[in-house]
Amino acid sequence: MSTRASTLTGRIMSAPSIIVLFLWMAVPLGMTIYFSFLRYNLLSPGMEEWIGTLNYEFFLTDPAFFASLANTLLLVGSVLIITVVGGILLGLMLDQPIFGRGILRLLVIAPFFIMPTVNALVWKNLLMDPVSGMFAWIASLFGLPAIDWFTNAPLTSIIIMVSWQWLPFAVLILLTALQSLDRDQKEAAQMDGAGPVSIFFYITLPHLSRAITVVVLIETIFLLTVFAEIFVTTGGGPGLATTNIAFLVYTQALLQFDVGGASAGGIVAVVLANIVAIFLIRLIGKNLDN
Amino acid sequence: MENKQTPLGYVSFSVFAWIVGLLIFFPIFWMVLTSFKSELEAISIPPSFISFDWTLENYVEVQERSNYFKFAMNSVILAVGSTLVGLVFAVTCAWAMAFNPTKRTKDALLWMLSTKMMPPVGVLVPIYLLFRDWGLLDTRFGLIMVLFLMNLPIMVWMLYTYFKEIPTDILEAARMDGATLPKEIIFVLLPMAVPGIASTMLLNIILAWNEAFWTLNLTTSDAAPLTAFIASYSSPEGLFWAKLSAASTLAVAPILVIGWFSQKQLVRGLTFGAVK
Amino acid sequence: MGAIRLEKVKKTFGTLDVIPGVDLDINDGEFVVFVGPSGCGKSTLLRLIAGLEDVTDGKILINGTDVANEAPAKRGLSMVFQSYALYPHMTVYNNIAFGLKMAGESKDVIDEKVQSAAKILNLTDYLERRPGALSGGQRQRVAIGRAIVRNPAAFLFDEPLSNLDAALRVNMRLEITGLHQELKTTMIYVTHDQVEAMTMADKIVVLQAGRVEQVGKPMDLYSNPANKFVAGFIGSPKMNFLGGDIAAKHDCHEIGVRPEHLAVSTDGGEIAATVKIAEHLGAETYLHVEADGLGPMTVRATGEVDLGENDRIFLTPEQDRIHRFDQHGLTLSGA
Repeated sequence: MSTRASTLTGRIMSAPSIIVLFLWMAVPLGMTIYFSFLRYNLLSPGMEEWIGTLNYEFFLTDPAFFASLANTLLLVGSVLIITVVGGILLGLMLDQPIFGRGILRLLVIAPFFIMPTVNALVWKNLLMDPVSGMFAWIASLFGLPAIDWFTNAPLTSIIIMVSWQWLPFAVLILLTALQSLDRDQKEAAQMDGAGPVSIFFYITLPHLSRAITVVVLIETIFLLTVFAEIFVTTGGGPGLATTNIAFLVYTQALLQFDVGGASAGGIVAVVLANIVAIFLIRLIGKNLDN
Repeated sequence: MENKQTPLGYVSFSVFAWIVGLLIFFPIFWMVLTSFKSELEAISIPPSFISFDWTLENYVEVQERSNYFKFAMNSVILAVGSTLVGLVFAVTCAWAMAFNPTKRTKDALLWMLSTKMMPPVGVLVPIYLLFRDWGLLDTRFGLIMVLFLMNLPIMVWMLYTYFKEIPTDILEAARMDGATLPKEIIFVLLPMAVPGIASTMLLNIILAWNEAFWTLNLTTSDAAPLTAFIASYSSPEGLFWAKLSAASTLAVAPILVIGWFSQKQLVRGLTFGAVK
Repeated sequence: MGAIRLEKVKKTFGTLDVIPGVDLDINDGEFVVFVGPSGCGKSTLLRLIAGLEDVTDGKILINGTDVANEAPAKRGLSMVFQSYALYPHMTVYNNIAFGLKMAGESKDVIDEKVQSAAKILNLTDYLERRPGALSGGQRQRVAIGRAIVRNPAAFLFDEPLSNLDAALRVNMRLEITGLHQELKTTMIYVTHDQVEAMTMADKIVVLQAGRVEQVGKPMDLYSNPANKFVAGFIGSPKMNFLGGDIAAKHDCHEIGVRPEHLAVSTDGGEIAATVKIAEHLGAETYLHVEADGLGPMTVRATGEVDLGENDRIFLTPEQDRIHRFDQHGLTLSGA
């Protein structure tokens, strides 16, 4: 299928997408890099000047950066563990014969389609409210005091919300991978005398390893930039307790109007994301060759 | 393992699985239920499950007080608009990459993917400033462009993996049969790719509908979609749980239905074909 | 109708010479088979003729006109693909009619041609079905039908039988041969299966690494292979190649003896050997033996031969059927 004419048509037809994406990413990214070396505040226009790496020095030595970096890592790490472990368990569960399995599956994956702002407000109010929330009532049934989630365990609350949203993603992908597992393999293992536990560790888990990697990498990319859940529930607080890097950059840019500082923070976020992205792209690239 | 289950095991496992499933689904169920309560019942302790006065008042009031349909309309326009624009770009690009690959096609695909991994905060500042200078802040056009560009890599990838499954032979057969390029695409490729194109559109609509970084940061009122509308309930003066629930239910219902229909294709779209 | 001539046709992918330069004459009405191991460039050569790939250099003349830079549809050829490449969303009727529609034929003409093609191929009852609802053999016939209606200068077949099971393959082989006798149109047929080549071809083109090793009638290739490669490729089971003393005796580097040209005896003969495996096929028996000092050999004996593992036997080649090769693998003339 490679004639000169068709190769040329191919180039022409793929060009528009590549060009617009390039403009969308490269140009703003270049501007962000440029801004990150400027003293640039929207409140004092016309005062921009080149200050070298000062923004980076400020950003990287700011206690808020360390707090938000720690929060980001905690958030990403916790959600990953919860969703991957939960995803494997739920995937195994849904792979069994169950009465009304199709409908059950729909219920389990539903949270993924809930928009983040709805997710956040439903959890914050209807479930986690210390006075009228569902959890407070359940605690009272056991004679326990109600937990004021967003005051006493703000980051945990965010982690729970975000995990609930991303658990279905892990389930969907791991279930798909489970269903592609060759039955013969399991049966051969049974013939060899392997019990369910050995089958899980020697057959199922290795088969899932690739899907797990994909879940981890893709979730990481999205979780590094969790924003709406924080924006509508805690606003990053109390203090800096729920500020992650994405939110920190947002506050610097659109609340403090410090374009230079926010840009430096943005670049730091890009670097962090790219560390993960490299692995993911390698993995997918290998897949392309097959 | 399946073949050895006893009837009792089947029933008890099913009961267990359903309890787990219902727990996961509970927040959504509770939101829908609360939307039919009065504000007073919505915050009552102990919570009422069935025995309350069912009312549609919240749905009416959400529209009357806050002009719900304006936001819903914006959501529809943004989601559908960005999807249609994206489709035009993505179909041609994916066609070229799947059927006329060059040495650099793989690199181009991976590069497109890598743009998706750029955290939006990395470009928030310049995009915000450019939008402000160009008068695009809080406009539907500006947001359609952002959502289209944000999801373009996913659309290209999804269509690419679907097109890849169409045997090149068939397109070559059409060429031997004398079909010109446009005819080859219209009469042979597109009819065969309808399921793939449909699920690509659905996924894109879902992602655009739920997008909550750019829509929150680049809109204030005119172009604000439902994500922003719901976010406005976060302020203390907006705290009316029953109405919040009604608005939320309306906001998620259409997407939930679309999502349920396209769950299988979703895996492919979200993993860039790495898991099938 | 369809005489095709290739002049110094060359194809490179990047730095790789897939076809370093092929000259070939295909006469009008001939059934030509391109045969060779996988990766020998036979399919590429066919696709160059079809116009699905650009030639890097050289001329492709169809009835005297160079079409090397024409679009596929303009060459007046039709092709049957290995995967059949039927349009899955169209009925059998529309699959066959598609080329005619693209050519802007009138409805009546299309209908007449489709119906007559369907009659030839026994597809009349299936015209309203989709390809998905057909068996492998029926799909194959639809693919052929699609090729026939365009009344091409030549048919191109790209390994058309490789997706069929063994029994069906024999049937379709006969059908395609019958079709050729009926239509008398030039056919170029690509296969890796030398049995198909031997049974169907007027002329066989043996290819290896993009080069034409030999062109000729099936029995010519069998009796007088130009080199060791052709000798080994044509004929089944494969020719035995023997070096050392026995070759020296025939004044050459290596000799080749076909399994069917070895006389078997239990009393005495030129080569002593031990039977390792005897495959009794009924009509004949393949003996896989270990010849003393010469290594493994294959012998084709009669069906009734009563030999088994570890039996000692003696083999004697028919003297006028011995092929002699020099150190470059080229055939030495004269036995």
